[in-house]
Amino acid sequence: MRLDTLTNSIGEWLRGTGPESDIVMSSRVRLARNLAQFPFVSRATEQDRADTERMLRERIASVPVGRELDYIDVGHLEEIDRRFLVERQLISREHADAQGARGVAIDRLEQVSLMINEEDHLRIQCMHSGLDLHGAWDQIKVVDDQIEKVVSYAFHPRWGYLTACPTNVGTGIRVSVMLHLPALVITRQIDKVFRSLHKISLAVRGLYGEGSQAMGDFYQISNQTTLGRTEDELVQQVADVVPVLIDYERRAREFLVRETQQNVHDQVSRAYGILRTAQTISNEETMQLLSRVRMGVLLGLIGDVKISDINSLLIRTQPAHLQKLRGVDGESSDDIERARYLRQHFEGGDSSARASAN
Amino acid sequence: MWRLRWNRIDRADVCGDAMKCQQCDNPAVFHITELEAGNVREVHLCEDHARTYLNQSEGADPEGSSSAEGGSSKGSGLSTPLGVGQTADDLAVLDQRCCDMCGITFFEFRNQGRLGCPHDYIQFEAELEPLIANIHGATEHTGRRPSRQVPIAADEKFGTDGLTAIIGLRRGMKDAISREDYESAKEARDEIRAIEEAWAPPSGGATGQSGGTGEGKA
Ligand SMILES: [Zn+2]
Ligand SMILES: [Zn+2]
Repeated sequence: MRLDTLTNSIGEWLRGTGPESDIVMSSRVRLARNLAQFPFVSRATEQDRADTERMLRERIASVPVGRELDYIDVGHLEEIDRRFLVERQLISREHADAQGARGVAIDRLEQVSLMINEEDHLRIQCMHSGLDLHGAWDQIKVVDDQIEKVVSYAFHPRWGYLTACPTNVGTGIRVSVMLHLPALVITRQIDKVFRSLHKISLAVRGLYGEGSQAMGDFYQISNQTTLGRTEDELVQQVADVVPVLIDYERRAREFLVRETQQNVHDQVSRAYGILRTAQTISNEETMQLLSRVRMGVLLGLIGDVKISDINSLLIRTQPAHLQKLRGVDGESSDDIERARYLRQHFEGGDSSARASAN
Repeated sequence: MWRLRWNRIDRADVCGDAMKCQQCDNPAVFHITELEAGNVREVHLCEDHARTYLNQSEGADPEGSSSAEGGSSKGSGLSTPLGVGQTADDLAVLDQRCCDMCGITFFEFRNQGRLGCPHDYIQFEAELEPLIANIHGATEHTGRRPSRQVPIAADEKFGTDGLTAIIGLRRGMKDAISREDYESAKEARDEIRAIEEAWAPPSGGATGQSGGTGEGKA
């Protein structure tokens, strides 16, 4: 398939719909699986990797998984296209940076993605908009069952599904939600919340994983253990904590509106103003400002902006997306292009961009 | 005693990103699990402190308790590298052990934090058990199982290990070819084929199965 068709669409998980979508951006479930007859990827020879890739690609194509899938040969993609897929959350950074035969099968809605030869031979992922962990789990179960009919997943009666890293063994399941928590950040309660999550063995990370600071107040919460509990229990473990976090964030937003109305309105308006007028702007700043505007829209402080637009801008202003959207003229820097793209998007904010009046 | 190094922080699956070095404010990028006689201790360090820590413990005198104190920058209570009752020799022996199928040594595993093949869970079961218990707080899978019935041989082979045996056979075949021992290579190849046929999926498979599938679709 051609990636260009993806450039101009947005994934289902960015629609900004679904339950609690003012706070829950997306719900995701992934399963780690390996073929019993090949070494794990890090130990596999080039030939092993090629054989694994071919076997999985062909067998997956031979069964109905509920969706029509397109296959992308990641091993032969240019770096920018691999980064594009990472930004899109269709493949992981590890998968993008890996060596040898590998690929990803995705459906048109970008809900289902099957990574071949990531850390494990197969990583199945289902991502839904808003809070819909059970929907994502129900969908991934079907995909997993169908594939299991045509391959032998490495399995041990005591240890369950066998994975390259012992942290995934057993169910191989990772259940996560991506939350937008700007008010908890502004009111400085976020660290406290995270410490309590660590205590009940849930992991927290930023939008694009990767150590350090979460960009734009987006956080992923996921289960840390995969063995000793059923998949349903692990889905429920994450599902149980989400309403609590939603409640904290809502209260923090109410507090902000009630106690600092002027201040928060000012912050949000300034953020919106910068996005519409800046001449050069970094990725980090863009995410930070979009986060504030997103909250402003949800609090009714900014009209005429749609949540799905903001969600999609969060992805489209990432470096690889921007480069693909703007084409490669290579003259101006990313930050200038990003600012130009934003101004055009919020057209009218910049008087010089009013060339095409209707 | 041995240690397992998780040195890929980007797999935040393992630890949340909020984690800081235990010795300073930098982010912890090394997550070291120390195992001794079933006891587990975790150490989270930045790159610099991890290097110091690992050098200290690696270079330490196995029996000695009062040596190597000189360094003033020595961390508080961090370095108790070798456990009582286990010598460096024991560790060396364990490190040399390797998987019959993929050939990975225990040393390679604990350095990379990634296993070599599914059989490692059987080969190194005793060593992995305390580690897995520490990570998951459990040692028994209670979730879904493959719906397709897997043949379980009468001997000690459970789950899909019979199919995983192919990994060892493939290595053996390669070795035989490089020795120009074509007889052994052919035997290994035939064995691989027999196993593959026995495990071929019921319908979409390439080979005729003994257990007929009733899907008469022409
Ligand atoms: Zn440090
Ligand atoms: Zn092995």
